[in-house]
Amino acid sequence: MEPAPTHHDLGGNPKYRCTAVEPTNPPLNDFDKRVDALRVVLRERGLITTDEQRLKIESLPESEYFGLSYYEKWLKAMAAVLVSRGVLTWEEVA
Amino acid sequence: MASREPAPEHLALLEKLVGALTARGILTEADLASKKAATERASPAAGAAMVARAWVDPAFRTRLIADGTAACEEFGISLAGNPPLGVLEDTPTLHHLVVCTLCSCYPRVVLGFPPHWYKSSAYRARAVRDPRGVLAEWGTHIPAGMQIRVVDSTADYRWMVLPMRPEGTVGWGEAQLATLLGAEELVGVALPGVLAKT
Repeated sequence: MEPAPTHHDLGGNPKYRCTAVEPTNPPLNDFDKRVDALRVVLRERGLITTDEQRLKIESLPESEYFGLSYYEKWLKAMAAVLVSRGVLTWEEVA
Repeated sequence: MASREPAPEHLALLEKLVGALTARGILTEADLASKKAATERASPAAGAAMVARAWVDPAFRTRLIADGTAACEEFGISLAGNPPLGVLEDTPTLHHLVVCTLCSCYPRVVLGFPPHWYKSSAYRARAVRDPRGVLAEWGTHIPAGMQIRVVDSTADYRWMVLPMRPEGTVGWGEAQLATLLGAEELVGVALPGVLAKT
């Protein structure tokens, strides 16, 4: 069996053993805030759960998982959840 | 410096989603605007106020440790729709550090949005393997004899640290004490007080 991809659980992952944590916290940009707002509304409507969202984030290819910004990953995951649930079609989000 | 800008295709995808959901009557621009405004107000102020209260009011401290969710209600903060809040009490022999190894679960209701570093791969990977090393990068040195307990925040349960009240704050009121507390102190990567950092 193939091992689970690295990004399914980063806890203790040796890949980052020598990577310093950058203690920075840049403010969110307008895109980030709008994606966040969309996620909150969808959660209130019962159209997404945290677990569904994380499943879709972890289903991204590793290059996207580590290459996209936090809220770009959220957006792609939300689109995937909405299609999985039949709320939207792939054609609408393609 | 603001967070990195998205690729044009992701800006377009966001508007496609919003457009399709609006067309189906699932949301409106006003819904998004109201949530965005909430984003802009989010901060660790509520968590700081609760810890400051616990430092001056032993009865509240007991309630906060016993049931963080109920303690939030005393501050007029509802966790409805959110996971419960657990509070981790630091002692002279035990320091707590919170991480979400799987992603970025964070007690947003009391601490605001998870900081960039909390979401970073390096923090998530190393907080559980080398907590002392991570803390040292913040200038936080935990004595060798003090145990560090690392706690994983999850989709079902969120954690906040109740640090020890620093020396030199005798006679301080709650509002002044709260100024010693930010996201870093309430996650456990820093200790409150001017003498904590070296």
